[in-house]
Amino acid sequence: MKNNTRRGFMGKAFGAVAAVGAIGSLVAMKKTWDPLPSVKAAGFTTLDMSVYQENKLAVEKWRGKPIFVLKKTAAMVADQTEIQSVRDIVVDGAHYMVSIGLCTHLGCIPSYNANDKDFLCACHGGKFDYAGEVTKVPPPRGLDIPPFKIEGNTLVLGEKGPEYMKMKETGVTL
Amino acid sequence: MAHFTKATSVKDWLDQRLAIVKVEKVMASEYWIPKNINFLWAMGMILAVTFSLLLVSGIFLLMYYQPNIDTAFYSVNYTIMREVDFGWLWRHVHGVAASVIFLIMYIHMFTGIYYGSYKKGREMIWLSGMLLFVTFSAEAFSGYMLPWGQMSYWAGMVITNLFAGGSLHADGLVEWIRGDYVPAQAFLSRFFMLHVILLPLAIMGLIGLHFAALRIPHVNNQDGEEIDFEAESKKYLAGDKAGSKVMRFGNDFMSKDMTIVGLYLVFFFYLVFYNYGFAMDPVNFDPADGLKTPAHIYPEWYFLWSYEILRPFSVDVGLIAFGFAQVIFFALPFLDRSPNAVAANRRGLFAIWFWVMLVNMIVLTAMGKLPPEGIYSTIGYVAALLFMAQWLVLPFITKFEKKV
Repeated sequence: MKNNTRRGFMGKAFGAVAAVGAIGSLVAMKKTWDPLPSVKAAGFTTLDMSVYQENKLAVEKWRGKPIFVLKKTAAMVADQTEIQSVRDIVVDGAHYMVSIGLCTHLGCIPSYNANDKDFLCACHGGKFDYAGEVTKVPPPRGLDIPPFKIEGNTLVLGEKGPEYMKMKETGVTL
Repeated sequence: MAHFTKATSVKDWLDQRLAIVKVEKVMASEYWIPKNINFLWAMGMILAVTFSLLLVSGIFLLMYYQPNIDTAFYSVNYTIMREVDFGWLWRHVHGVAASVIFLIMYIHMFTGIYYGSYKKGREMIWLSGMLLFVTFSAEAFSGYMLPWGQMSYWAGMVITNLFAGGSLHADGLVEWIRGDYVPAQAFLSRFFMLHVILLPLAIMGLIGLHFAALRIPHVNNQDGEEIDFEAESKKYLAGDKAGSKVMRFGNDFMSKDMTIVGLYLVFFFYLVFYNYGFAMDPVNFDPADGLKTPAHIYPEWYFLWSYEILRPFSVDVGLIAFGFAQVIFFALPFLDRSPNAVAANRRGLFAIWFWVMLVNMIVLTAMGKLPPEGIYSTIGYVAALLFMAQWLVLPFITKFEKKV
């Protein structure tokens, strides 16, 4: 064999081994940046739904995110359109708006005005009604509803119950 | 092996081993700078000096800063500001320099645009400079996270959310970047890493590239004159210093450069000692709270123009407009179809283009700071559309430009 071909072969062999090593280290680097198992496992939040007052916004916490819980008055329930009422979570006969309290635009926390019964996001001026539907852009969709499961008069956030799965399938939430 | 003789001096000893005489010539005394330039040509040196100030003050801050979500805020606002002797000095130098370096970068960029210093062989200077601008932006953003105040937290939340790509809902990507569902310990640690090692290394490498890109085409001059550096430097070395169009970088040009740097430093330290407040957002003096959004979330002043381009549109259009604004300056050397590499005032329509661009970016900056309501929304919307329209017409107005 000529020197040239031998050197060429050595170059290619080195390149092949180095490429495998490079891909392997990229995988390791990507996985090192992944959320840790302890972060992912960090739990489920159980809410006792009997403590909430009508038309008074409560803010709970689930996976570090604020969760809006708004118990609707009978008048609020009666005023709702079809699009609004499919977002209701009904526990023990009472209607609730439960959603992740982050604007679907860029994640600021909207504030609730109990008189106007709507949410305003101060960051970019987005608005939501009391059912969590958008009434003024830029938010691209209504407030997201977290995975939930109804158990008696409690609500378990993080578990996917049949009511949640139905909302997801019909596109009520993401 | 090379032949070494008994050294006659320390300089000779070093010269035999490191060729310091040759290096000095290449880097300074026989690196040629045109004579027909003005104070705007000193911005590069001002940037280098400001970067050094950031590096030195950063090293001292690093000795007491703690990248932990429970202690970060107090390590900055109590330990560094109150306990460490002269801790306030490092923090104020670091904060003021981080803000002012963007002002100088913008002046540096608009000088380059005005004098056409991005084309005819100078494209790599422009591209490496734009890479530096982007890397400095990432450096500024990651540094802004570290005090872990309300603005740190919420700016971190909003900016990382951009990576979800609007309707693409790439929430997995956002969580991957954060290492959590929300900005938390993993997020703070990795942005600390980016700020103190990875990005500074990238910046130093890019500064090397930026300087290297300058050597072959040389520095531009204010008349857009094509200087024969070979011939002019021979003339200079032959003794006709007055007749030559060039001068030595060291120490002749440096002495002028450092005069401007001196004036700049007077202004800089005036800010550090008496007017540092503009670089310290009052909202960031509240510790981070994931359950409370500040009334207005706005970035530091140097990001406001691109933020305002994001804001007036619905989420997807806004993201596309924002992405456009972030990368379009890279394309400047290729969108400018004119062969003229001269000052904008001699380029007809381009002069108007230049001044409209400069004023419009100031308008966008001002609107980005104001709440997005009423007339401000409208002005911001029009200004954002104008910004994009300007880039679309640039190839056409420069294509029909008369050769000067």
